[in-house]
Amino acid sequence: MIQPHGGKLIERVLTGAKKDEALDKAKRLPRLKLDPESVSDVENMATGVYSPLEGFLGEKDFRNVLNQMRLADDLPWTVPIVLDVDKATADSFKPGDEILLVNEEDRPVAILNLEEKYTYDKAEFAQKVFGTTDRAHPGVAKVMDMKDVLLSGKIDLIELVPTPFDRWKLSPRETRVLFKEKGWKTVVAFQTRNTPHIGHEYVQKTALTFTDGIFVNPVIGKKKKGDFKDEVILASYEELIRNYYLKERAVMAILQMEMRYAGPREAIHHAILRKNFGCTHIIIGRDHAGVGTYYHPYAAQEIFDEFPDLGIIPLFFRAFSFCKKCSSVVNEKTCPHPSSEHIQFSGTKIRDLLVQGVIPPAELIRPEVAKIIMQFKEPFND
Amino acid sequence: MDKEFTTVSIPTSLHKKIEEAIRGTEIGSVSAYIVKVVRESLSKEKEQEAKEVFSREDEEKVKERLKALGYID
Repeated sequence: MIQPHGGKLIERVLTGAKKDEALDKAKRLPRLKLDPESVSDVENMATGVYSPLEGFLGEKDFRNVLNQMRLADDLPWTVPIVLDVDKATADSFKPGDEILLVNEEDRPVAILNLEEKYTYDKAEFAQKVFGTTDRAHPGVAKVMDMKDVLLSGKIDLIELVPTPFDRWKLSPRETRVLFKEKGWKTVVAFQTRNTPHIGHEYVQKTALTFTDGIFVNPVIGKKKKGDFKDEVILASYEELIRNYYLKERAVMAILQMEMRYAGPREAIHHAILRKNFGCTHIIIGRDHAGVGTYYHPYAAQEIFDEFPDLGIIPLFFRAFSFCKKCSSVVNEKTCPHPSSEHIQFSGTKIRDLLVQGVIPPAELIRPEVAKIIMQFKEPFND
Repeated sequence: MDKEFTTVSIPTSLHKKIEEAIRGTEIGSVSAYIVKVVRESLSKEKEQEAKEVFSREDEEKVKERLKALGYID
């Protein structure tokens, strides 16, 4: 089984007497409200998804991540995981304080053991992580709207916040036991924020040819307008896997996390997280974690050259289409026919047909999957 | 604030050897080559050292949840 990133699977979930003690203490602690995205970050830190992180980044690690794409100990880490507050709130805390982190419904989530408070430059953060300061980029917009002070320190999770998708939620501890039970020595991860079309299936099954199992791992959480809703993605993948995959070779579980759309940096981040889940390989396609035209189509593959010590092996796929002459999914290396024979896997085209109530051609999407999507009155985020 | 980079000495002959080896490749400098190779080597050593430990009890609890969710029979 592949080692977790940094060599140790982090576990900071309070149980038993320690949890009771924390809940009791929580009544007396100062509170800090987190948005759902930060709640996800806390849960991911506590359950080991973000190993080796045990809390929000301190200043040294934060600056190294921005400048070197590594933590201060040189371990690859490309996306800052930080907690922002306004100055007045920051001034009310001091290092050494314990702070109760609550969700928007005031439900206790975790205790933050405050170590540092520091300021940062938002434009620098945006430029280094996203390669742009264009506010039209959703990740940049979020960073520029962040508050001015970052808090850091280890967290201890009191309780996972229930979600409608808990049936699909497995921790790295659980996926590692699952892969072991299945007898999988090699596992390829497929990261997605979309419903599956035939091209996705082709890529997954090609990768599965060389590994023991595939871990379909949709990102559930805040995404941009026009993306499919989480429940639609899960229902469509459930249908695809049930009808077209072998149970002993394919599993699906969610990654609850905000998409940053940081392109290359986020591709490495995604690889690290799937390594923590126990995956030995990860599929990286064209414009992985990209948005608009901010990133070169294959920049998210090229960046892996800078991380020979990542530990998880990327499987790179070029753009693909359906060739009518070949009667199969093809790419630039496998098909000699002109583009007039090709049907493109256009997400926009597939969506438009579905919205009109038309089942797209079977060359693009499995009819069972299309029917499941069409059962949802409003399948897209507003 | 700690410096981001520091200087390491290598024999001149080795430096020349590396320069020749990386000529025409995408590796921009001898330093970049050394950084890449050393990181790769260190990570392989670390992979061999680290051990994952789940207690039998932990593992059984996890299996119960996996069975309840239908992931395993």
